Amino acid sequence: MGVEEHLGNNVLTTTLEKLVDWGRKNSLWPCTFGLACCAIEMIVTAANRFDIARFGMEAFRASPRQADLMIVAGTVTKKMVPAVVRIYEQMTEPKWVIAMGACASSGGIFDSYAVVQGIDLYLPVDVYVPGCPPRPEGLLYGILKLHEQILKDPFLTKQYRERVQARQEAA
Amino acid sequence: MNLPVLVGLMVVKITLVLVVFLTTIAYVVLMERKVLGFIQLRYGPNRVGPWGLLQPLADMIKLLFKEEFTPPHANKTLFELAPMIVAITAFLPLAAIPFADRILPDSLTIYGYQVDLTVAALNRGVVADVNIGLLYIFAISSLAVYGAVIGGWASNNKYSLLGGLRLCAQMVSYEVALGLSVIGVLMVAGSLSLVTIVEAQKSMWFIVYQPLGFLLYLCAAFAECARTPFDLIECENELVAGYQTEYSSMKWGLLMLGEYGHMIIASALAVTLFLGGWQGPFLPPIVWFLIKTFALIFLFIWVRGTYPRFRFDQLMYFGWKVLIPLALLNILLTGVVMMYL
Repeated sequence: MGVEEHLGNNVLTTTLEKLVDWGRKNSLWPCTFGLACCAIEMIVTAANRFDIARFGMEAFRASPRQADLMIVAGTVTKKMVPAVVRIYEQMTEPKWVIAMGACASSGGIFDSYAVVQGIDLYLPVDVYVPGCPPRPEGLLYGILKLHEQILKDPFLTKQYRERVQARQEAA
Repeated sequence: MNLPVLVGLMVVKITLVLVVFLTTIAYVVLMERKVLGFIQLRYGPNRVGPWGLLQPLADMIKLLFKEEFTPPHANKTLFELAPMIVAITAFLPLAAIPFADRILPDSLTIYGYQVDLTVAALNRGVVADVNIGLLYIFAISSLAVYGAVIGGWASNNKYSLLGGLRLCAQMVSYEVALGLSVIGVLMVAGSLSLVTIVEAQKSMWFIVYQPLGFLLYLCAAFAECARTPFDLIECENELVAGYQTEYSSMKWGLLMLGEYGHMIIASALAVTLFLGGWQGPFLPPIVWFLIKTFALIFLFIWVRGTYPRFRFDQLMYFGWKVLIPLALLNILLTGVVMMYL
């Protein structure tokens, strides 16, 4: 089929989409910010016992412009939402969101007027990590799930462009 | 008659050196991540390819395909100019640094033409053997500060501006110490040409004659490259990411390229001035040069993994009240010793 027939097994061919998805998967830099007790678990994930650096993710970028992944680690209060949403908007495309812990996913035990009942009311969450707080293994599992999702990301197709457009319109 | 061949060979040589340099920068980033990992009892990147060797490739692909963002109220021309200045000023000094003795014979026969390779030092392991090599390197690498200041100002962001100003103050103060610290070497070698300086170290490395000069050079070089413990321009807790705050995708990639390029150039220059350049027994010259340079780069990373950051007033105090008087003292001592020996 096509060019591969002539090249045989000597040259590795791939599609641009697969190559870029591979790059994005392997260089997923999180944004430096934590909200509550889940942040401590996130910090531990970067430390020696769990070592997020194995996946090339230890480059926690302080500036949202250079970050690819937002880990919403902890309880989001109504007062904090504008800041969180602003950081998300400052991040450059492509960007992903992990809702870490019960509070970020659904409000958790804080069923109150002051707490957002799940950050997915404001941001498009890609992976939810349950737990109160989730252990580093849990977060790593969530990250691996996100990797799988990114590898299948059809960012050159019409479907993807429509999704981005819908997201921009919602914002 | 030979001119096209000579120009062609020169282009090939420059391209080769530049490609090797760019690859080295990419892998120095990986080396830094790995070594920092080992210092902190971690593995560092190890999932992408064997021992994480494809990590720089993945980072590069991701950066190339990330959104290119320019802040709405930024000065667009200057905003795009800044990364170019930083990257170019990091690449240019490489031209004057000798990395080997002779890499080709004096003359070659190419397609029946007898080509004299001694023209423009084509057979030597240096791109351009300038007789003011050291001055050229200092002049070019000082221009990097324009990249940072322009980038910080053009971003129209208070953190960027503060980061740019800090870097400017830091580089201007440490430039003096850096320049003064190598004057001892110039006095001993009697030349500004880096090739001559390396050849003058045939019997003894200059670090033996200039131990204080070497220490001062290292301190000033750490500050010039804005590495820990002097990395005040991008301390996350105060300035987000310094002058790089508003940069994304490959523009930011160029800034990083420039930063690591400066680190490699500073190491290579220290090797050339104090550690005998490419000279050494048994192994080929280029291998010696690489071993020494990478040992110094390792020192840069080692310091980053072990030392905390200075406060800004401490940085200024250290630069003006410790380094510069010591550098002047070093010049005086060298002069006295040279006069009476």
